[in-house]
Amino acid sequence: MPGLEDLYREIILDHYRNPRNRGELDAPPATRVEGFNPLCGDEVVLYLDVEGDSVRDIRIGGQGCSISQSSASMMSSAIKGKTLDEVRALSRAFKGMMSIHEQSLDGPPDGDGDGELGEEPDADVKLGDLEALRGVVKFPVRIKCATLSWNTLLQGLDEHAEARR
Amino acid sequence: MALNETPLSRAATPSGGLDVARIRKDFPILDRVVRGQRLVYLDSANTSQKPRSVLDAIERYYEQSNANVHRGTYLIAEEATAAFEGARAKVAGFVGAGSPREVVFAKNATEALNLVAKAWGRANLRAGDPVVITELEHHANIVPWHQLVAELGIELRWIPVGPDGHLDLTDLDRLVDGARVVSFAAMSNVLGTLNPIERLVDVAHAAGAIAVIDASQYVPHVPTAVAAWGADFAAFTGHKMCGPTGIGVLWGTEEILDATPPFLTGGEMILNVTKEGFTPNELPWKFEAGTPPIAEAVGLGAAVDYLSGLGMEAVREHEVGLTGYALRSLTERFGGDLQIHGPSEPAQRGGVLSFTYRDLHPHDLTQVLDQHGVCVRAGHHCAKPLMRELGVAATARASLYVYNDESDVDALGDAIDAASDFFAI
Repeated sequence: MPGLEDLYREIILDHYRNPRNRGELDAPPATRVEGFNPLCGDEVVLYLDVEGDSVRDIRIGGQGCSISQSSASMMSSAIKGKTLDEVRALSRAFKGMMSIHEQSLDGPPDGDGDGELGEEPDADVKLGDLEALRGVVKFPVRIKCATLSWNTLLQGLDEHAEARR
Repeated sequence: MALNETPLSRAATPSGGLDVARIRKDFPILDRVVRGQRLVYLDSANTSQKPRSVLDAIERYYEQSNANVHRGTYLIAEEATAAFEGARAKVAGFVGAGSPREVVFAKNATEALNLVAKAWGRANLRAGDPVVITELEHHANIVPWHQLVAELGIELRWIPVGPDGHLDLTDLDRLVDGARVVSFAAMSNVLGTLNPIERLVDVAHAAGAIAVIDASQYVPHVPTAVAAWGADFAAFTGHKMCGPTGIGVLWGTEEILDATPPFLTGGEMILNVTKEGFTPNELPWKFEAGTPPIAEAVGLGAAVDYLSGLGMEAVREHEVGLTGYALRSLTERFGGDLQIHGPSEPAQRGGVLSFTYRDLHPHDLTQVLDQHGVCVRAGHHCAKPLMRELGVAATARASLYVYNDESDVDALGDAIDAASDFFAI
């Protein structure tokens, strides 16, 4: 049975208590994009400053649980200064880590409802601190919390590309 | 034993309260051990647990009498029809309907409210017609009206909720002026607030509006007499009142149901079909297109028997007492660290306790509660406009029912302590 320590690693709680890159950027020129978790009402607002082919700056607003907030905070640290290709590769790797092959609902009636662990991320992509969120897949309901900021990021990058076209 | 008869529980105590230890034995799921702990189920406002008698009634129906209703001329088809219509009659009696003709089976309360907005509303509302709802509505009593704003151009007006968790009725006369519909929850699913049903119905009718009541949180917990409310429509759902999922009820006066065109169309709801058109069936079948949820109706009938056996006066008395205990004991234990939303007087509310603990996000709080076997919902409870008025994105919500007692409230308190320790706040 997964314990709370699998979910709430110290680095997650650190990012939750001291979120990085909190705030706003002027939009435009920055791209502003909102994401919602319909399950719990969490909201994330991303401000993306994309210069050429790289993310020059990012700020995060909104509110949410420790998992969604820390995931957004770690994401902001990880993608700042990265090229768009690197950012997309990183988000693929992160979402790969968060995917579960199957969610067992018919486990034994001892309350053990483990989901299966997700795919290994692309070996070329280093997730770094984000690895701390791996334990979230053992708590399937919380996966949407961890992926909220990433899905919002991808939406923002699409909107940026659309606007530039 | 005939299909429609289920054993009545004798769990009401002579004092009028409930014998919870005995009631707990009626609910098989409460024997389950989760995460090494006794299951502490505090999410009945979301869905209630089901007593053995309901599970047995459904199984007995499928094993003995399964056939389609209103069609077959053979014995088990007659039994199935009798069980289905018998369940309707039980529900009609349980909620004080004038007759079973006023009881329309739907999938759930959401579908029932959609029927009102989309069948009655589309046929009777025009651009600019005011529809009045409240800030404490569930999305099911908001979104269908939003759709009519977009489709017909109706005007949606909101009765505000005050800081005490009660509706603020100071501006009511102006809000209902010219209204065609006043639609409101009998009890808030977030705050537990019991709204002034008769007053709102009277004000609606005086303004020339119909009165629609979302009674989803009310019928399972409070003695109900829909006809005595004087309203036009009321919606509730089976799964919050010990019944199965997949069955809900729209109650309406015969007058308004007759004035409402069919919602979904197809089999069952017709009297005659020609190449040129169709004639709808009589009430209530006019609104029940296709094969209905027969086993679910039978299960709901058994749930009504179970609750009648307990006695709804005793159920309400039990919940007022337990809600009072929860408000008192949790406040004594956590003081200002625990903010409980909604009315502070147990007699003015149901056993729905929405709360926040310090600055701990409800999702993180309930994750720790789950480790202690305590089932509590976290989130916006399908009432985002209300959450915005409360100034919170989410709350944790513990909700009480007939199988809960003080030990469950104490277990919740212990688990909140554990969460506080874990997050070191």
